[in-house]
Amino acid sequence: MENILQEIGLENYVYLSALLFCVGAFGVLYRRNAIVMFMSIEIMLNAVNLLLVAFSTYHQDAQGQVFVFFSMAVAAAEVAVGLAILVAVYRNLTNIDIDNLKNLKG
Amino acid sequence: MDTNLALLLLFAPFAGFLFNVFFGKKLSRNAAGTLGTVAVAVSFGVTLSFFLQVVNTGEPIMVNLFEWMRLANFSVDFGFQLDQLSLLWLMFVTGIGTLIHMYSISYMHDDENIHKFFAYLNLFVFFMITLVMGSNLLIMFIGWEGVGLCSYLLIGFWYKNQEYNDAAKKAFIMNRIGDLGFLIGIFIIGYLFHSLDYVQIKTAIDNGWTLDPTWLSIAALCLFIGACGKSAQIPLYTWLPDAMAGPTPVSALIHAATMVTAGIFMITRMNFLFNLTPDVQSIIAIVGAVTALVAASIGLVQNDIKKVLAYSTVSQLGLMFLALGLGVYEIAVFHVITHAFFKACLFLGSGSVIHALHGEQDMRNMGGLRKVMKITFATFLISTLAISGLPPFSGFFSKDEILMTAYHQNPVLWVIGSVASIMTAFYMFRLLYLTFYKDFRGTEEQKHHLHESPSLITIPLIVLAILALVGGAISLPGNSWLNHYLAPIMAKPAHHHELDSTTYMLMGIAVAGALVGIGIAYFKYIKNGAVPAPDGKQTGIVKVLYNKYYVDEIYMAIIVKPIYAIGSFFKNITEAAISGFIYGLGWVANMLSAEGKTIQNGSVGFYLFVFVAGICSIIGYIFLVK
Repeated sequence: MENILQEIGLENYVYLSALLFCVGAFGVLYRRNAIVMFMSIEIMLNAVNLLLVAFSTYHQDAQGQVFVFFSMAVAAAEVAVGLAILVAVYRNLTNIDIDNLKNLKG
Repeated sequence: MDTNLALLLLFAPFAGFLFNVFFGKKLSRNAAGTLGTVAVAVSFGVTLSFFLQVVNTGEPIMVNLFEWMRLANFSVDFGFQLDQLSLLWLMFVTGIGTLIHMYSISYMHDDENIHKFFAYLNLFVFFMITLVMGSNLLIMFIGWEGVGLCSYLLIGFWYKNQEYNDAAKKAFIMNRIGDLGFLIGIFIIGYLFHSLDYVQIKTAIDNGWTLDPTWLSIAALCLFIGACGKSAQIPLYTWLPDAMAGPTPVSALIHAATMVTAGIFMITRMNFLFNLTPDVQSIIAIVGAVTALVAASIGLVQNDIKKVLAYSTVSQLGLMFLALGLGVYEIAVFHVITHAFFKACLFLGSGSVIHALHGEQDMRNMGGLRKVMKITFATFLISTLAISGLPPFSGFFSKDEILMTAYHQNPVLWVIGSVASIMTAFYMFRLLYLTFYKDFRGTEEQKHHLHESPSLITIPLIVLAILALVGGAISLPGNSWLNHYLAPIMAKPAHHHELDSTTYMLMGIAVAGALVGIGIAYFKYIKNGAVPAPDGKQTGIVKVLYNKYYVDEIYMAIIVKPIYAIGSFFKNITEAAISGFIYGLGWVANMLSAEGKTIQNGSVGFYLFVFVAGICSIIGYIFLVK
């Protein structure tokens, strides 16, 4: 099998990616729990990663896939920092509802 | 070899300055002073060796260090020209400079900032050497500005007294007016000759370049304005009497012997240029003669011992400018040298008196000092006789030469100069009688502490008095070593006076005039024992003279006040228009931000919503509208 895109067309990946992105975006907008928001952001990120991989295969070019590895590494680092912040917030407020973060405003 | 020696000559005082600035506080008082003195003495030693070399060979020493700047067909080199004129000047700048440094060790001994004093003094000598040694007008300008700066620093040396600071500022500002003239003159010369180098300008003139006489006259006039500022001529002379606020050694070195002669040096340096502009020469002669007379007349009634000497300096500088205007540069130089000797001696002598009286400068509170201060008195007497123009003292020869030339060229100027000389004899003996004769008029406590000054002060006095006595020998009438020595740098041969009956008659008149002045002083202050009236009690002409013809007040009314008025007028405009506009901008920004800042409410959810909405609208714009 030369190319997986012959089994499932490229447009399907685009639709899935768009759908995932919208799910993530709405998750960020509607949920107030910081961890859930974090997960939503990860979903958005992975939607983009999926799209990158799909197009990389379509163009027969490995660069897109390499780029995704970098993007995942950065995302992992970002999650580590973000979760550390959330732990700190939780220790102070005993919850992680982002509405309570209003207090941080100067 | 010559290059290194020339650099040593220049930078020895500068090294002294740097050392005293950075490490002077750690040194003992005497060490700081000794260091400064040695630095200048080194320069004097090098100058002496150069001087002897040039006297023997007659060849100027040219040192070219590097090309300073180049613009199209115009270039300026950084080099030194050690010829007859500059070495003569360096001889007395560094020579008298060394003596005055030595004197200052003792005079400034109790001052808390003595290291700073010597640092400034060394810096001054450095800039003065730069001024004299440079091979073109731009290097001279560096020195010219530098000595002005040092003069400012030293006049305001006792900076805790606001009056002294004002005097320093006055000197600086008046000098700036002259400096501007000088700078414009330099620009015009650069434009006319495509060079600022003395030798090149001289060559151009000798080769008969066709030059626009109008521009040439303007250039010469601008240079003369510069000289007026530095050498205290009408109308820019009022700073010099006020400059007496500085410590007395400063007055002796800067405001009598060296810096104020820079204008004369510059005009002598450019004599080939001034010879081409007879109109400017007659202006110089008239300004010089009038300055000599006006300053001498003010000097008649001053009571501050240093003020008298200051006006006498202005007056003597006026005589030098008279000589320059008459085209006899070598005689002006001769008078510069003799004047440097006797005026430095007079200032240092007055410093010795002030020192003995713990800062008293008013002659009405002096008197009778000849009994306690024998050396100071003897040296002061010699210098006073010299400045009064009595033979065989040095001042007689130089002053007489000037007046004789004036007599042959323009009898009116001769009359003015002679009257100024009679006045000089009068006020100098008035000073001598009031200070050293009769009985002491100060307080009992001062009387108790009267003493002769220590040898560090008296040795320079003795040396200078000897020079004031015999200095005339360098240019005796009929057989002038100086004229011969300076011949290579003069564009036209020195004027030679025949020793005929007219000459002897003029000498006789000059001596008789001086004796008349001395006689009047004798009858008034010794026979009648008169003491000048207290402040505010003067009447008539004395009052006008005592208040210096109200020149300061006139300048205040016609120059300073209008400038203030213009300033405040424009200040109002800037306040209303420019500041108003800026304030308006601030107000608008403030109003907008008062509304805008409510958007930043701290709710993360709201931020995210705006964020996503923003992205959506950008994407929408890109895909739908474009």
